[in-house]
Amino acid sequence: MMREEKISNRMDWITVLLYGIIVFWGWLNIFSVTYEENQFILDPSINSGRQLIFIGSSIAIIMFILIIDMRFYETFAWVIYGAVLFLCLIVVFTGHEVGGNQAWLRIGSFGFQPSEFAKFATALVVAKYISTVGFRMDQFRNQVALFAIILAPMLIILLQKDTGTALVFSAFVLVFYREGMSPFLILVGIGITIIFILTLLVENEYILFAIIGCVWLTLLLLGKKKRRRITIITVAALMLMGTIKSVDFVFNNVLQEHQQKRIRVLLNPDLDQLGAGYHVYQSKVAIGSGGKYGKGFLKGTQTKLKFVPEQSTDFIFCTIGEEHGWIGSFLVISLFMALLFRIVYLAERQKSRFARVYGYSVACILFFHFTINIGMTIGLFPVIGIPLPFFSYGGSSLWGFTILLFILLKLDAHRLQVLDRV
Amino acid sequence: MNQGRKEIIQVVFVVVAVIFLLKLFIIQVIDRSYADLADTNAIRKDVLYPVRGLILDRNGKLMVYNNPEYDLLIILKEVDYLDTARFCHVFDITPEQLRASFESLYTDIRNRRASELQPTPFIKQLSNRDFAKIQDHIDEFEGFYIQARTTRAYSSPAMANAIGYVSEITKNQLNNDSTNFYRQGDYIGQSGLEAFYETYLRGTRGVRYQLRNKDGIIKGPYKDGRYDTLSVPGQDLYSTIDINLQEYGEYLMKGKSGSIIAIEPATGEILSMVSGPSYDPAMLTGRNYSSNFQLISNDTNKPLFNRPLMAQYRPGSIFKIAQSMVALQEGVLTPETRIRCNRAIIDCHGDHTNEDLRGAITHSCNPYFREALRRMLNQGASNDPYEDTRIGLTKWAKHIESFGFGDPLGIDLPNEKGGLVPSPAYYDRAYGGRPWKFSNIYSISIGEGENLVVPLQMANFVSIIANRGYYYTPHLVSSIGKSGIPLSQYQEKHYTSIDPEHFQVAVDAMERVVAAGTGQFRAKLKDIIVCGKTGTVQNDPLPDHSVFIAFAPKENPKIAVSVYVEDAGQGARAAASIASLMIEKYLIGETQRPIIEDYVLRGQFLY
Repeated sequence: MMREEKISNRMDWITVLLYGIIVFWGWLNIFSVTYEENQFILDPSINSGRQLIFIGSSIAIIMFILIIDMRFYETFAWVIYGAVLFLCLIVVFTGHEVGGNQAWLRIGSFGFQPSEFAKFATALVVAKYISTVGFRMDQFRNQVALFAIILAPMLIILLQKDTGTALVFSAFVLVFYREGMSPFLILVGIGITIIFILTLLVENEYILFAIIGCVWLTLLLLGKKKRRRITIITVAALMLMGTIKSVDFVFNNVLQEHQQKRIRVLLNPDLDQLGAGYHVYQSKVAIGSGGKYGKGFLKGTQTKLKFVPEQSTDFIFCTIGEEHGWIGSFLVISLFMALLFRIVYLAERQKSRFARVYGYSVACILFFHFTINIGMTIGLFPVIGIPLPFFSYGGSSLWGFTILLFILLKLDAHRLQVLDRV
Repeated sequence: MNQGRKEIIQVVFVVVAVIFLLKLFIIQVIDRSYADLADTNAIRKDVLYPVRGLILDRNGKLMVYNNPEYDLLIILKEVDYLDTARFCHVFDITPEQLRASFESLYTDIRNRRASELQPTPFIKQLSNRDFAKIQDHIDEFEGFYIQARTTRAYSSPAMANAIGYVSEITKNQLNNDSTNFYRQGDYIGQSGLEAFYETYLRGTRGVRYQLRNKDGIIKGPYKDGRYDTLSVPGQDLYSTIDINLQEYGEYLMKGKSGSIIAIEPATGEILSMVSGPSYDPAMLTGRNYSSNFQLISNDTNKPLFNRPLMAQYRPGSIFKIAQSMVALQEGVLTPETRIRCNRAIIDCHGDHTNEDLRGAITHSCNPYFREALRRMLNQGASNDPYEDTRIGLTKWAKHIESFGFGDPLGIDLPNEKGGLVPSPAYYDRAYGGRPWKFSNIYSISIGEGENLVVPLQMANFVSIIANRGYYYTPHLVSSIGKSGIPLSQYQEKHYTSIDPEHFQVAVDAMERVVAAGTGQFRAKLKDIIVCGKTGTVQNDPLPDHSVFIAFAPKENPKIAVSVYVEDAGQGARAAASIASLMIEKYLIGETQRPIIEDYVLRGQFLY
């Protein structure tokens, strides 16, 4: 009986509305960036015109997603995952390089970035694996398998030299946490990051050693003198020192040169305003010059005159900041918050674990993009080239995020048909 | 088991959003410096340099005008790649010069004197010929632009010191500019009229704001040109100089050191002001300014030393006329007073024994004027001869100063010197507290001793005689712009402390100097009564300085001249010849005495 009900009645229109607003506003901003006098927003030779084509095709994709049987996604999760990874691998060998990233596949005159699709594919597999009967998050074997699932696309994308997109997959750690993984891993990750930055900030590593030594001694003297506790504290202290010692090595040998520069610039923003710091400097100038209310639609000088690089893609937020001021920034951030909360709400109301995990994956991937993208434009994160979802110019990314979101909406629409298997 | 994790994840979302909003609030609302940075980024500010005012002579002939000049500007940020070999070839510079230019640019940027985003002068003053070549090639060099400005040009090589020169503002001048008008790289009048009338000549800069993109490509006016201003050209100066007379004076002074000043007595307008030796003002413009400046300022003949205003000499015998006026005013002499030419105390020359005042001036009788000064200084105001001299000298100095001696006159040129009129205080210092009286200081009676005057003061002095007792401060500009009037200080008549009726004696005596006295051979003109006075100033161990002051015609004088030729012997020779030639040239238009002209040009005055 429910099967006969129209899908339009079961769709979560709030999410669709938020999606529509963000995409539309993004499109206006893309127009504003490319705008020159007497230009028409629909002119297909400019970015806004092309973005409209991408938006139109996204609607077609949405239709397709909604028509396909909801069980298809769970059933063919591995197949999709395999296919996308295969495409990504092809890109590594035959790919077309754009902006230092070898992430593009050319089909005729049409460029296409398979890594954008790896996100929803991985989300499907993660969801499917976690929802497998007998899966237990506290089992080491399962944890290894999960990390293997996210590491595979990460590594392939790293081979494409697209560090930003590769890092997106670390967002799944938050999903694992929601599904019961110990927070220890996240805390260790955060700790290592802090130590990494501290080591780069503090010239003399012996100062850090001294601090660790003091903390270690204090903990020894204050707490109970159980052997297990002493061992843990001592091992932790030694590991910390080892991390510090290895930072230089990691920094100089693992990171690429432009990445090293971007991190240095983040720590010392005035370091190189015309070189590695140029993006962030110009981006902050553009956003900062917007003031409280902004300069008005189509009136931003910094974005219009192309001081900010990659402004219709990764640095699209500058246009908001410059033309719509703090109020505009507040609205964009609020829209994303509303969308994220809605997705979490949708995820939580799913009856199947598959749909819930998938929902969280969507939320966490969008959140990661949102955080890194806006954070880098205002100088809080190093410049990692990843787009602002639904907002940035680009077909692959818009399609990728649209598929990601609308599979969730499709699953949500059929949530009542699912037998509770957990 | 996963209780509360949903909430924790949502809290993480909110925390990130709040951090972003706070950071955005800081850079968008609290810290307004980004708005300024955005403006310097996107708005290109072009300074529109005004055309500097012209300088014309009294007959409307152009003396100083402007030539277009081109600076090469660089916007460092736009320079991605530079073919240095090609660059050096096109701009005709050596790789070393190019490197030096870049190094000084980097230094300026480091010291925040320049910005890599703003156009900065890179090579200054490309010459016209260079420009034609460069114009065709400038597009090859990204980030380089041409800026047009003007540089000074002169229709005549004359008047260099009076006109002065224009050059880039120095660091000191920039620091001392309290009006905050000037910017680095601006041009400013450094001497002469260019410096004195700087505020009138310079005009007002305009500015044009244009939007540009990151490649520096102009996208149109900023806010429809609302903040743009046009440049306002500087005001023209109408000079009192007669450029023909000036050129003639410089022609006569060729190879000599000294000065000629010719003044229109009725107005104080300077007709010509020659400083010898001089230089070609065109040398101090354009690209070779620095090297030429070195050359000129190191010249041992000191061509930059503006002798008419800055050379302080003893006046010599011409001073006897001033002494006569003071003595008459004080009543210690009458024109009829005869004094015996007693050559025992002070030497004299010529064939005379017992002259009256006119005769004493005509023959330049030294003992006469020694005695005149004695009577002037020792009038018996005190029984103490020392005190008496003090009282007399104080009175004397006041009279002498009323002729414009002892202090700068206030000509419209910088760096004017005042000379020296010795006062009691001066002699107290000179004698270190030991007593002094008339017998110690009498050489001032004949214009030797401690007196110092500059040639301009001598010319002003002869103007006073010509005017029978008054003067207008000598000046070089009769009209600023179209105003038709000089500065107010040049419209004011100054009277001396001598009653006008006493001057007729001096005029008559000076007429006789030329007609029958020391000046008769070289200063006499056929149809014009020239009144003059010679001076021969001791200059041991070198030859004497030759001095002559004159005005003509006797009634309604049109020109008053002072000539000072260093190391040229008797005043009756070099100076008298030059003065009379100047008068002839000005009043008649040409010289009718080629023999005298040849005599001056030959320059053999010592025999």
